[in-house]
Order: sequence, then C-alpha cells, then structure tokens
Amino acid sequence: MNKLLGAQPKDAALSRTYLFVAFAALLLGGIMGLLQATERAGLFEMPSWFTYYQALTTHGIVLVVVLTAFFTIGYFYAALSHTLGGLLPKVRKMAWIGFALKIIGFVFVVIPVVMNKATVMYTFYPPMKASPYFYIGLVFIVLGVWMCAFGAFVQVATWRKNNRGQHLPILSFFATGVFVLLFFGSLGVTVEVLTLIPWAFGWTKTVNVMVSRTLFWSFGHTLVNIWYLTAVSAWYVVVPKVIGGRRFSDVLTRFVIIALVITNIPGGFHHQIIDPGMSQSLKFMHVFMSLVIGIPSMMTAYAMFSVFERRGRELGGKGLLGWFKKMPWGDVRFLAPFIAMVAFIPGGAGGIVQTTNQLNQVVHNTLWVVGHFHLTVGTSVILTFFGISYWLIPFVSKRVLTPRINKLGVIQTIFWTIGMLIMTVSMHISGLLGAPRRTSYTTYGDHAVAASWDPYTILVVIGAAFLLVGGALQLYAAYYLMFRAPKGHTEFPLAEAEENASATPYWTERWGRTIIVMLLLVAMAYVAPLVNFIANAPPGSPPFVTW
Amino acid sequence: MKLKMHRYEEIWLVCGISLIVVFMLITGYQTFALDMGPPSHMETIDPQKVDETAPFDKPGVYKIGEDEYEVVMSLESFAFTPVDIEIPAGSTVHFILTSKDVTHGFEVAGTNVNAMVMPGYIQKISQKFSKAGEYLIVCNEYCGAGHQYMSTIIKVV
Repeated sequence: MNKLLGAQPKDAALSRTYLFVAFAALLLGGIMGLLQATERAGLFEMPSWFTYYQALTTHGIVLVVVLTAFFTIGYFYAALSHTLGGLLPKVRKMAWIGFALKIIGFVFVVIPVVMNKATVMYTFYPPMKASPYFYIGLVFIVLGVWMCAFGAFVQVATWRKNNRGQHLPILSFFATGVFVLLFFGSLGVTVEVLTLIPWAFGWTKTVNVMVSRTLFWSFGHTLVNIWYLTAVSAWYVVVPKVIGGRRFSDVLTRFVIIALVITNIPGGFHHQIIDPGMSQSLKFMHVFMSLVIGIPSMMTAYAMFSVFERRGRELGGKGLLGWFKKMPWGDVRFLAPFIAMVAFIPGGAGGIVQTTNQLNQVVHNTLWVVGHFHLTVGTSVILTFFGISYWLIPFVSKRVLTPRINKLGVIQTIFWTIGMLIMTVSMHISGLLGAPRRTSYTTYGDHAVAASWDPYTILVVIGAAFLLVGGALQLYAAYYLMFRAPKGHTEFPLAEAEENASATPYWTERWGRTIIVMLLLVAMAYVAPLVNFIANAPPGSPPFVTW
Repeated sequence: MKLKMHRYEEIWLVCGISLIVVFMLITGYQTFALDMGPPSHMETIDPQKVDETAPFDKPGVYKIGEDEYEVVMSLESFAFTPVDIEIPAGSTVHFILTSKDVTHGFEVAGTNVNAMVMPGYIQKISQKFSKAGEYLIVCNEYCGAGHQYMSTIIKVV
C-alpha cells in the first residue's frame, strides 16, 4: 500500500527539510573550501574580519557535521518510513524536535565563529578556549542528534513488537546501526564538552587536556565512520536495484553492519599515535583495533563487485571483465556511488597507513591526512550522497528525475571526481613532503622545503575550482528536483535479497548483545588510558585564546 | 554463528586478513625490536611552571656524548625556544619538548621527526642527521592566528 503511493506526505516533508539544510550547508562549506585553497596558495588574502582560520573552522563544522548529519538523518528517516510502514506520529515529532535543537545549536556555534570568538577548528582542542556559547551550541546539536536516534529506536522497537520473529528490513537495520553508533559514539565528546563549559565561563580554573583530547577522538573518528556506514547502506541496498540486480547475501550484509558497529569507536585512538602520555604497547594494541575495521570493508569490496559481475553476466557480459561494459554508466544513480566505491580503495589503504604507528608518524598532521579524508568523506561518502539525492529528493518531493537532470548529474559527478582526484593526489604528495595541515599561506622564511610544496598548493586550487563547478551543478540539481521537476511518482529503490538464499540466523537481530560486545571493546580500548590520564594527571591547563 | 561464504570470498578474506596480520607483525617488530615506535614519552610537568622546571629552565643545545646532542626546547604560540640550532653532520639529536600554552606539533620536514607536544607532558623524540643542510622545523598543529609563522631551522654543518 505504502509502496504504491510513494512517500507519506508528513514523513516526506521531514526528510525534505533535512535534505534542504544539508545542501545549504554544502553551498556554504564549499565556498569556504575554495577561499581556503586560494588563500593557502597565496593567490588571495582573506580579510581581517574573516580570517583563514575562521573559514577553516566553518568549513569543517558545516561539512563534517551539518551536511553529513542532516543528509544521513533525512535519508534514514525516509528509509524508516518507507520500510517500516510510515513513521509513528511521536517519532516524527521527535525528529522535528531534533531538527529544532540542531538548528538552535548550530546558530549558537556559528555566531561565535563569525565573531572570531571560536576560531578553534571543529576539533576544538583545549586549552584553546572558545566562547562558552560555542560549546553550549555543540550540546544542543548532540541533543538534537540523540533525539533522532531515540526516535529511530522507538520506531524500530515498535515495528519489532508488531512483527515478532521477523528480520528488520535491511535498510532499517543499517539505520539502527548508524543511530546506535551516533548515540554511543557521541557520549565521550558530550562528557568533554560538559567539562569545557564551566571552564570556558571561568567557573573552573583548569582542564585535563589529554582526557579531553581522548574523549574527542573516541567521537571524531566514529563520526566519519558513521557517514561511511551510511554510504555503504546505499551500496548494498540501493545500487543493486539501480542496476536491476539483487543484493548480496543478506546474512553477510548484516554481519558487516554488526562488525562495523562493534569495531568503530575504539578505532578513533589512532589519531593519538604520536601523543605523549601513552605507552608504545598501548598504541600497538590500538593499531590492531583500527586495522580490524578493514575486515568488514574488504567484505564490502567483495560484495559490491560480486553483485556487479552477477548482474553483468545476466545481461550477457562474457569473459573476465565483459560484465563491466553492461553497467548503466549513464545513470547518475549508479555512476556516482560506483566512483565513490572505487575511491574507497585508495582511501581505505591510506587509512591503514595512518593507523600504523611509525607510518602515522611520517604523515601525522600533514596535508596527507587532509587528502585522506577528502578521499574518504569528500569522495566516497559525499558522492554516494549525491547519487542518492537523484532519487531521494524526487521521492520525497513527489517529482521525477528527468533525463536532462540525469545527464547533468553525470557531468556533475565527473567534475567532482576530477576535482577530488587532483586535490587529494596533490595533498597526499605534499603531505609526504612534509606540508603541514591547517596552516595558512606562508613561505617559512623562503625555505626551500616549503617552496617545494608550492606546485601542489596550486594544484589544490585547481581541484577546488572543479569541485566548485561540480558542487554548483549538484546544488542546481537538488533545487530543481525539490521544487521544479515534473510531478510524478519516484520509486524508493530497494533491491530484493538473492534467490535461493539460506535463511538469515536470528542472532543478527540481537541488538542488545551487539551493543554489549561493542561496549566491551570500547572499555578495552579506553578504560586503561583514561584512568591513567586522570590518575597520573599533570596540573591542568588554564584557558588560552591565541587567535 | 554460521556464515556461508562463496569460496572466492573466503580466499579473498584469508588473503586480506593475512596481509593485515603480516603488516601488524612488521609494525610490532619495528616498534619493539628496532626501537622505531612513535614518540610516547610518559613524564608530566606543570604547564604553568615550565620556565621554572628543569630541564626547561635552561632550554638549549647540549652535547652529551660523541656525536650526540640533547635539545631542550619549549614551545609556545608562536615560537620554538631555542631557535636556529646548529649541530655537526652525523650527530644524533634527542629532542626534549613541552608546551607552555596550547597543543603544538613538532615536525622536522623531510625527516620522520613528528610528535605532538601537549601542555602538561614532556615529549621525547630522537633523530640522526647524517646529511648537512638547513632542516625546517614547523609546528603542524593549529595553535592560533600566527600558527603559520611558527617555525625555526636546524643547521647541520
């Protein structure tokens, strides 16, 4: 019934609003990105009333927090509505309250940033002290996200009560994993921010820098992996439908989700591999904990190409790679996520480099790292989100994707790919040569080594220009599909499970158990270092405003 | 727990997981046998009393042995103390670092010297400088409005 009629109007309005904010964030964040790239290359000087570091702080917050979070929530709420028979009225209300909390929080965050009172980057490492309102805004954003997570839990729990013994539809299973991670992953940073607020007001004198930093990274890396898991959901469930095939083994898909949920939060520790205050054996254990995340990713890589090959052969593809030609390359709903998957191959490999003790030491805090997350988040995740938008926006807007906009989407995908390719390759190389990240234009007293980075910073600008064109086309497409495209019915593309599949074992539905295993791993990873940082803490740090 | 996989997927995963295991073994061997592990010094210090606490009360370059030097250095926004270090080629330098204010990064471009320098902690890292030249030291963690000016050089002669 639901499937015939398309999106439920009230649920569609919710998702549409979330998607609108996501793309508004893309516009703002993209402009910031181009400004930074040109400033860093020395081609343009930022005005004194809005510095490079303010632009960088805005770029990070708007793209890594706002664009991604709003898109993810809009997408998964559409999925929950579609696959679980419509949102419950109270769940819809919770998502709207969550929306309001996030917007309020965002306003609280942005005003101090614009006033140059919170130029602390989105990592806000203490003892740099932003305006207390910046931290209060972050609390509101977290509360807004939790509201949406709890809404999803209520929706899923109610469905399970009414459908005992059944497996949660796969996309809702993904959603559950994502919201579990969003909630548990953000607990650490919430504790951090709650200790920073009294410190920023001056009520407490000092702060424990290492505890703050560790709590931050327990969240920081989980966050990007949540966006990755969101993209992966579309790879497993949507892309097979777009190419006319069936999805990969249901049980292995659910296993990958559970594995990613369990292993994700401890992975954040590799951001601290060259920190003081932690032993090398602890760091070595964490290399293992980070690398484990590679295993479900390898399973995903296999699964995707297996689905493509099977479908290609069904369509008459012959030989080792003949199936490859049978893919719908002209369909943006396939092309964008396909390139996203391919980008994750070097992206994941670069991630393995960064998690590994002495290799991390070579590239830590250099532009290599920036290249890495523009490849993973900026390409793998964002291109998948773009690909999703070409059916999700029409779906929730009761409109259709026209051939003209599809073609525009293909062109836009190509621009984005070229831009990211140029940009990430040059960032990786200049990072290997030592160029530091988060640094505005400088020649370091005309030092020869610094001069050797110059060609790459220029290439980054060229990449950013391509991205600007790609981003602008994407914004136009999003606008057109939301407000201008012909009215009509768009399908929510959900691939069917494979034929003759063996039944999925029911243990996959035991979320309580999954969460306990996850928490055990988190405890293994974090209890010892946190206890050490607190028990053997040096005198704390007073606040500093150094910008 | 039963997961039925295609044989090719099993082969793929066995290869992939073996690769990770080998990778871990090499990393562990380099860390614990060859002493190539990342900088992980455990000592703490009062970040508000760096100038009064030994050895940072006397930052500078100290010769401690044949071709072996110790550089005691404090970092603050946006400077390294001491600046313009000079050592003979072929020396091994042990850097002893701490921060007087916010989090800084200590990177010698073109080498593997790269360490986080946090207030409250003493960080140590060593490097042998075989080739003569002017090595650029930069702060690679954003530390404020003048972060891009935070640099100095090591002259290896």
